[in-house]
Amino acid sequence: MIFLTFIYIIVEALLATFFFKFGFKYLSHFHTLGENAQGKQWNEALQIYERTTGDNSMLILLFSVFAIAACILFIWILVLLIRNIKQILKLEKEGKHIPTFKEILLELLDSKFHITLLAAPMTTLVLFTVLPIVFMILIAFTNFDANHQPPGELFTWTGLTNVIDIFLGNSTKTHTFFGILGWTFVWAILATFTNYIFGMLLAMMINHKLVKCKKLWRTLFMISVAIPQFVSLLLISRALEPAGAINLALMKIGLINAPLPFLTNPTLARVCVVVINMWIGIPYTMMTFTGVLLNIPEDLYESAQIDGATAFQRFTNITLPYMIFVTAPATITTFVTNINNFNVIYLLTGGGPFGLDYYQAGKTDLLVTWLYKLTVDKHDYALASTIGIFIFMIASTLSIAVYNRTGSVKKEDMFQ
Amino acid sequence: MSNRNKKISILMHTVLAILSVLWLIPVFWLVLSSFRKEKGAYTSTLWPKAFTFDNYVKLFTDTRLFNFPKWFCNTLFVAVCSCIITTILTLMVAYVYSRLRFKSRKALMNISLVLGMFPGFMSMIAIYHFMKSIGLDQTLLALILVYSGGAALNYYIAKGFFDTIPISLDEAARLDGASRHVIFWKIILPNSKPIVVNTAINAFIAPWVDFIFVSVIMKDNYDKYTVAKGLFTMVDKANIFEYYTSFCAAAVLVSIPIVLLFIKLQKYYVSGVTAGASKG
Repeated sequence: MIFLTFIYIIVEALLATFFFKFGFKYLSHFHTLGENAQGKQWNEALQIYERTTGDNSMLILLFSVFAIAACILFIWILVLLIRNIKQILKLEKEGKHIPTFKEILLELLDSKFHITLLAAPMTTLVLFTVLPIVFMILIAFTNFDANHQPPGELFTWTGLTNVIDIFLGNSTKTHTFFGILGWTFVWAILATFTNYIFGMLLAMMINHKLVKCKKLWRTLFMISVAIPQFVSLLLISRALEPAGAINLALMKIGLINAPLPFLTNPTLARVCVVVINMWIGIPYTMMTFTGVLLNIPEDLYESAQIDGATAFQRFTNITLPYMIFVTAPATITTFVTNINNFNVIYLLTGGGPFGLDYYQAGKTDLLVTWLYKLTVDKHDYALASTIGIFIFMIASTLSIAVYNRTGSVKKEDMFQ
Repeated sequence: MSNRNKKISILMHTVLAILSVLWLIPVFWLVLSSFRKEKGAYTSTLWPKAFTFDNYVKLFTDTRLFNFPKWFCNTLFVAVCSCIITTILTLMVAYVYSRLRFKSRKALMNISLVLGMFPGFMSMIAIYHFMKSIGLDQTLLALILVYSGGAALNYYIAKGFFDTIPISLDEAARLDGASRHVIFWKIILPNSKPIVVNTAINAFIAPWVDFIFVSVIMKDNYDKYTVAKGLFTMVDKANIFEYYTSFCAAAVLVSIPIVLLFIKLQKYYVSGVTAGASKG
């Protein structure tokens, strides 16, 4: 335990060095996010303008977050350190055996095994997920947009301006936000339930006792899954264009005279994304339901047969309730995934068709694709972060509510 | 077989045949385009006028602008590394949540769940600058870190599976004096082949299909691209006419290993999916 104390002290020293050598100079500008913009200064000797290095708001914010994290870690280890020393003193006073370093290590493989196992995953999680998310949440309260790009221009804290702009303003942004929000929900509901219902029907059809070569059918449907989504979606999107293969085929057959505006008519484009999403998603739901169907206890059917239930009654009273019950959590997960279904929308329509009434968005854009465009194309980070936080709030509320309510969490020890 | 049953059977087989054709048309279209001699994304005829192997050959010989073999090796390297790391991390986390009881367990599970709901690319500028500050921008290592960094968030399918392994096995081992460390390696993992395979497949496939993080981390360094981002570049507005058929050829080449993997490991994949489905 004495050795452990030394390790703690060394870590504390390292953290303190990191903080004062590196973190502090950023953290000291945290309240303003930088005062001196990058400027130009006339160099008399060389007869040229020279760039003077100014502050960089983004780096200040990013490294301040890291510095604060280091502080928290420092305090946490300090607590551990004090607790450790107290325990040593107590054990010494009582004349008990003080655990050796080796015994502590062995403990980490048994009664404290969770610490060993979680150490690596949690470290990567904090570095690559938690701290970046904290950074992005803070961005929502600044004016970091295309006009405030460091190092050329600085950005600063603006409080709740972005939130008010989106939710309460009368601007196009508010109009866009609520328009897209509505479509996101319509889309998520349609996408989830079309896949659910048709995937279930397909699985039941393949599993029907009269159908032969079940494995072959399943494999045929699964082949489409193996093609990377961005490839199949890009192909389909090209095929749906006015000069694309689908219009060509329809005109060749003589069904239509002029190309159909699959991706340029708002309603048609929305129908298209839902239909194409069925092509993408049904093989997955088919596989899920196949597994579920095979797991329905056989004796349920036998006793129903004895009671004289018809095939239809067996379906409505056994198969359907069982499947709905078992897949309920998975369905909610799918719903949340669909709210954030980036690929289908972005690759198929790119959010279009575009109208003038929306701010940087099209009629099939979901919140998540709008967010992507705002970040990557428009560098409107502050607005994007605000939307991101909102998406996150919907998604997390839904999933937390569902996960803690489903049987699988309440009765997690059921099978054990 | 009664007459009625025969009719139903024929009807169902017909429906299945029509549906599977619908599902296979895009796949067929992809293969067809990859052998097409005529360039460009749009053609005046549905059936190609002439066939050629050149699209495939060009991928490996003409590497001046788009170095497909290099992309392929990059992706394979990243996929193998992140597959190993992700699988180990995910299984460790799942085991902890399933078997070990400690104070902050429930809170950690909920926090992990919630963090997974954040749109991934929201954090990408932060990650890019973080990587840059530690000198890792435009490296494959950065990609591996990004793909396996969130492994702790995807624990629930594996946890659901571990929950179904009888705890009496653990108890018997503990009576024999095995530590939790030994139980994890000697009892839980050997009994979890389906979920190990399932986790590994998912982790292996992710780098083949992601193009967002690659574009953020690699910027315009074509040589460090993975196939997904590379293929994406092939069909942007400037290149689509010249490279569309090569794009199809490359897509076929990328799909073949994934198809084989799927068919070979289908059994495990299904049991993985259902373990997740039935247990949430």
